[in-house]
Amino acid sequence: MMYDVVVIGAGVVGALTARELSALNIRVALLEKCNDVAMGTTKANSAIVHGGFDALNGTRKAKLNVRGTALMPSLCEQLSVPYRGNGSLVLAFSEKEMEHVQMLYERGVKNGVQKLSVIGKEDVLKLEPHVSDEVVGALLCESSGIVCPYELTIAAAEVAVRNGVEFLRNCEVTAIDTDADGVFTLSTTCGEIRASYVVNAAGIHSDDVARMIGDDSISLVARKGEYYLLDKSFGYLADHTIFQCPNEMGKGVLVTSTVDGNLLIGPSALDVEDKQDVDTTASGLAFVLEKAKKSVPSLNVRGAITSFAGMRAHPVTDDFIIDFSEKNDRFLNVAGIESPGLSAAPAIAEMAAQMLTEKADFAAKADCDLHREPPVRFRHMTKEQREALIAKNKAYGRIICRCETVTEGEILDAIHAPAGARDVDGVKRRTRAGMGRCQGGFCGSKVVEILSRELGVPMNEITKFGGGSKILFEKTK
Amino acid sequence: MLHYDLVVVGGGPAGMAAALQAHEEGIEKILILERADTLGGILEQCIHTGFGLHYFGEELSGPEYAGRFIEKVYNTDIDVKVDTMVLDISADNVVTAVNNFDGLLIIQAKAIVLAMGCRERPRGALSIAGSRAAGIMTAGTAQKYVNIDGYMPGKTVVILGSGDIGLIMARRMTLEGAKVKAVCELMPYSGGLTRNIVQCLEDFGIPLRLSCTVVETHGKERLEGVTVANVDEHLQPIPGTEEYIPCDTLMLSVGLIPENELSKNAGIALDPVTGGPVVDEYRETSHKGVFACGNVLQVHDLVDFVTEESQLAGVGAAKSIRGSKPDSDTVQTKGENGVRYVVPQKIHRDTDADVKLYFRVGRVFENVTLCVTCGDEVIFSRKKRKMTPGEMEYVTLKTDTLQKLPAGSTLTVHIKEA
Repeated sequence: MMYDVVVIGAGVVGALTARELSALNIRVALLEKCNDVAMGTTKANSAIVHGGFDALNGTRKAKLNVRGTALMPSLCEQLSVPYRGNGSLVLAFSEKEMEHVQMLYERGVKNGVQKLSVIGKEDVLKLEPHVSDEVVGALLCESSGIVCPYELTIAAAEVAVRNGVEFLRNCEVTAIDTDADGVFTLSTTCGEIRASYVVNAAGIHSDDVARMIGDDSISLVARKGEYYLLDKSFGYLADHTIFQCPNEMGKGVLVTSTVDGNLLIGPSALDVEDKQDVDTTASGLAFVLEKAKKSVPSLNVRGAITSFAGMRAHPVTDDFIIDFSEKNDRFLNVAGIESPGLSAAPAIAEMAAQMLTEKADFAAKADCDLHREPPVRFRHMTKEQREALIAKNKAYGRIICRCETVTEGEILDAIHAPAGARDVDGVKRRTRAGMGRCQGGFCGSKVVEILSRELGVPMNEITKFGGGSKILFEKTK
Repeated sequence: MLHYDLVVVGGGPAGMAAALQAHEEGIEKILILERADTLGGILEQCIHTGFGLHYFGEELSGPEYAGRFIEKVYNTDIDVKVDTMVLDISADNVVTAVNNFDGLLIIQAKAIVLAMGCRERPRGALSIAGSRAAGIMTAGTAQKYVNIDGYMPGKTVVILGSGDIGLIMARRMTLEGAKVKAVCELMPYSGGLTRNIVQCLEDFGIPLRLSCTVVETHGKERLEGVTVANVDEHLQPIPGTEEYIPCDTLMLSVGLIPENELSKNAGIALDPVTGGPVVDEYRETSHKGVFACGNVLQVHDLVDFVTEESQLAGVGAAKSIRGSKPDSDTVQTKGENGVRYVVPQKIHRDTDADVKLYFRVGRVFENVTLCVTCGDEVIFSRKKRKMTPGEMEYVTLKTDTLQKLPAGSTLTVHIKEA
């Protein structure tokens, strides 16, 4: 199969780039080594749309963060994914930290961050009454927000596929050859794929992928971060995203509301050898809780509904890498996208698509829609809307997940959508079935049943998240 | 809008017993709403025996016990809607439900019985470190896979928690050819019934490791093993006692939580210890006309007691509909000195029947005296050879005793050690 552009990696950057490319009159494939989109760093991070005061003046991170954060609300609207401009606070617990806050303020202003101010203790406690009384003051940024990173990615991939991009899952690139005429041949776990241009958006693996064309310029450190997610009944503890003063490993432990109304605390930061190591550790989680309690002392893990770890692709150069490779100028590296990568992602995708368009002189499609229709969300509907919906399709009258009030109809939509769900976690990320207090205890087996029926495979071939993550063995005696 | 005298939320053993009792008391328009596709509730997947010894005087399987009530329900004019989920209960007792044949149902009820049962505590609440591999599930989910869907959820199994479902699943998995390597219990005693420890573990040579927990899970895709460790008297893992046990499945039987989302949304007062509504002697909640019984009220270990409690709620609902329920002021109950909670939490001073106080102890007690006092007065006292947290206890108080209690008083259930 021959494509104009192959995008390697269906994380938030790859999916948004594929969506941008779907507006062009070219053949595009989006390759993902896992069973679903958003399976790497995108799936497990702080979900913050940062203001843009952290990155040093003049860096790519600074420029793309500010641009991405400005694009995010309208992008989320176009894709019908939740976004909330909840604002953020960087807390200072001493006069020395206040100096740091002041420095961040000045840096932010130079970066072009909007709605930034330094506030005193009283104002902090007025905004966030559960913050520690030890607080001295804070940097308030009202232009930052929160988003659901995997919903954003799922929506972007849906639009891309609807517009003709081919999504190939379980498709791991193992080698890349280049012809005399410059065409790439990618050896993958689903056969050979040929392409004129390649976008390397392979996240934590983008150094390995670059090396496949002899480009060893990318040097990444795998930095693990662990989180606790607390029940919605604890969401009242923080409205803004609450940071502490940053350190050399990142922005430190934050406490934030999520777009779904839960409370998220984390991350820890530990450099690890194994890029696949997203196991949580007792020490990492204990660290997160201890640090978070400095900001919000009344936090309690009794409210935890789950804990998880994510991997950051920290570039040793400390800035985003968005350049055509020095080894091959048809190979675009989009790598080292650590925080504020999610915030910057809309701008990174825009920039990557522009670079390709200019280089290859791609033409825009005459008519192209980059919007996504809002998915059905039974739990948010009025009585009248529900009645109309069930009258149209009975499947919306059968509740599968009681904690989050998810109907069978929504699960069917998730499975049959472009780049739809193929496993239990995929259904969960698209519909929230299994994401509530009982964590799938009640609906998990029903979701397996529905996937089995809709995909036409036996129940014991359904996985939790692809690969060998099967849930059931053979039939009983 | 539909109109019913009594709407019962949940068609398990609690809901059916309450509905049947109200019917027997002469209530005419009764509706049971059940989210599963049959009546019977969790009993449908409990294919082991041990049900009905108290109530029927014989040993039945779960489906047999449920079957006797299902048959009775269908032999009356009680209306039943299965595959129907209740979404909301309003302040004026309007129930909103949904299914895929009627669509949205709006039902005005004179009385409501909450019988939604309970759910299992999931992994996240425990914060076990390690991977997010497939193969970590609650014992009840595993039970459904084996007994209803007919699939094995694992071949080599470690079970965390010695609650009854975990014990039952240890035996069930063994009978199906799986190897159950250990049942680990955080506490120094089991949370399950003694008969289940004997019949499900000891009879099959499955080790029960007390004061032991799972500290880490291993395996990227499917679970490959767990690290277990002994815990100290503060329930913290003791460094150096870690042991790796290879297994493809970790089953959790670490507690049950009454399913009170509907009750909470309706503003019904809950007891922080039981996790269920605060109720009077007829199981009426803080919300007039709304009753609660079975595991939604307090987690039971025997279905026979669920049936008994639910019949009481059925009588109460009938009295409420007729306006003949006791409505004087109430006395409070509470547990102390090792008694974790008492149900009911309040009793009307003009109550018209004997009242059983149900309770659980917080740890194992041997050769102690169980007392009920009101102020300085000892109302009840009895020697007990052994009491364990896994077995619900009760004492019966006579109507005339209750009617003599002073206004505003509190009945305290407590344990006197020798």
